[in-house]
Amino acid sequence: MAAADGTVRARVLVRPKAGILDPQGIAVQRALPALGFDGVDHVHVGRLIELDVEDPDQLPEMCEKLLANPLIEDYEVQLLA
Amino acid sequence: MRFGVVRFPGSCDELDALSACERVDGAQAVLLWHGDRDLAGVDAVVIPGGFSYGDYLRAGAIARFSPVMESVIEFAAAGGPVLGICNGFQVLCEAGLLAGALLPNVGLRFLCRQVRLEVVSADVPFTSTCAVGDVLSIPVKHTTGRYWAPDDELDALEGAGRVVLRYAHGENPNGSARDIAGVCNAAGNVMGLMPHPEHAVDELTGSTDGLRLFIGMASAVRAGAGV
Repeated sequence: MAAADGTVRARVLVRPKAGILDPQGIAVQRALPALGFDGVDHVHVGRLIELDVEDPDQLPEMCEKLLANPLIEDYEVQLLA
Repeated sequence: MRFGVVRFPGSCDELDALSACERVDGAQAVLLWHGDRDLAGVDAVVIPGGFSYGDYLRAGAIARFSPVMESVIEFAAAGGPVLGICNGFQVLCEAGLLAGALLPNVGLRFLCRQVRLEVVSADVPFTSTCAVGDVLSIPVKHTTGRYWAPDDELDALEGAGRVVLRYAHGENPNGSARDIAGVCNAAGNVMGLMPHPEHAVDELTGSTDGLRLFIGMASAVRAGAGV
């Protein structure tokens, strides 16, 4: 899991909270059928943040304080091998 | 009395805000640099519009951690009047000084137009020169201006008279919850709004209604209202 320099590669996925209108997702969902891609539903557009961290235990606090706005966004932390 | 207008890297309306403050009779205004903790002894603070720190991550997300904001948060806690305009409103929400958040406009487009605003509360310094029901003509110009908060929070804001301005009937340009254009904190000394009162201070551009907010702030300071 840890790299040679002692850091861990992490990926943070940030999504608009369920129930909050996501106009970007709607715009993409409407654009896809126009290109011939049918059968697409529930499109949401979020944000991907990748970072090397020395202490992955700090990631939730980083998300709460800066990487996401917990009022309007959900986040998911993935640790990469 | 003296206004301080914060300048972040990426601010773009700070000089219009400075000019608006200086139009208030007897008032002076100075710029406050984002990297300084010193508020230069000002009596009121304006957080202007623009794209602080490039709006990276989320609008206002990085600006809220700047040195000047630490002092602004202390200033607000001590009762000093703070007005956040557009990006300034986003910064105040991110800083937790105001409830809610600003999301991308429903139509996803950048909007730049004059809107009519209804005064919902005249109990705060900012609207102290207005009466409830007054209609102000002030422009909006933003892409991320859809005010949102959970329903129970919106109920609480309305119940406590903390919704200060609404978009007038049929004017809501961005899909804001309950047509909310501006809110204040519980103490009433911190207000944020998406429209730009600093762009409505001269008849040349169609309206001087925005000036009333700056006059209200100055009046409150002079009255030593301790708001």
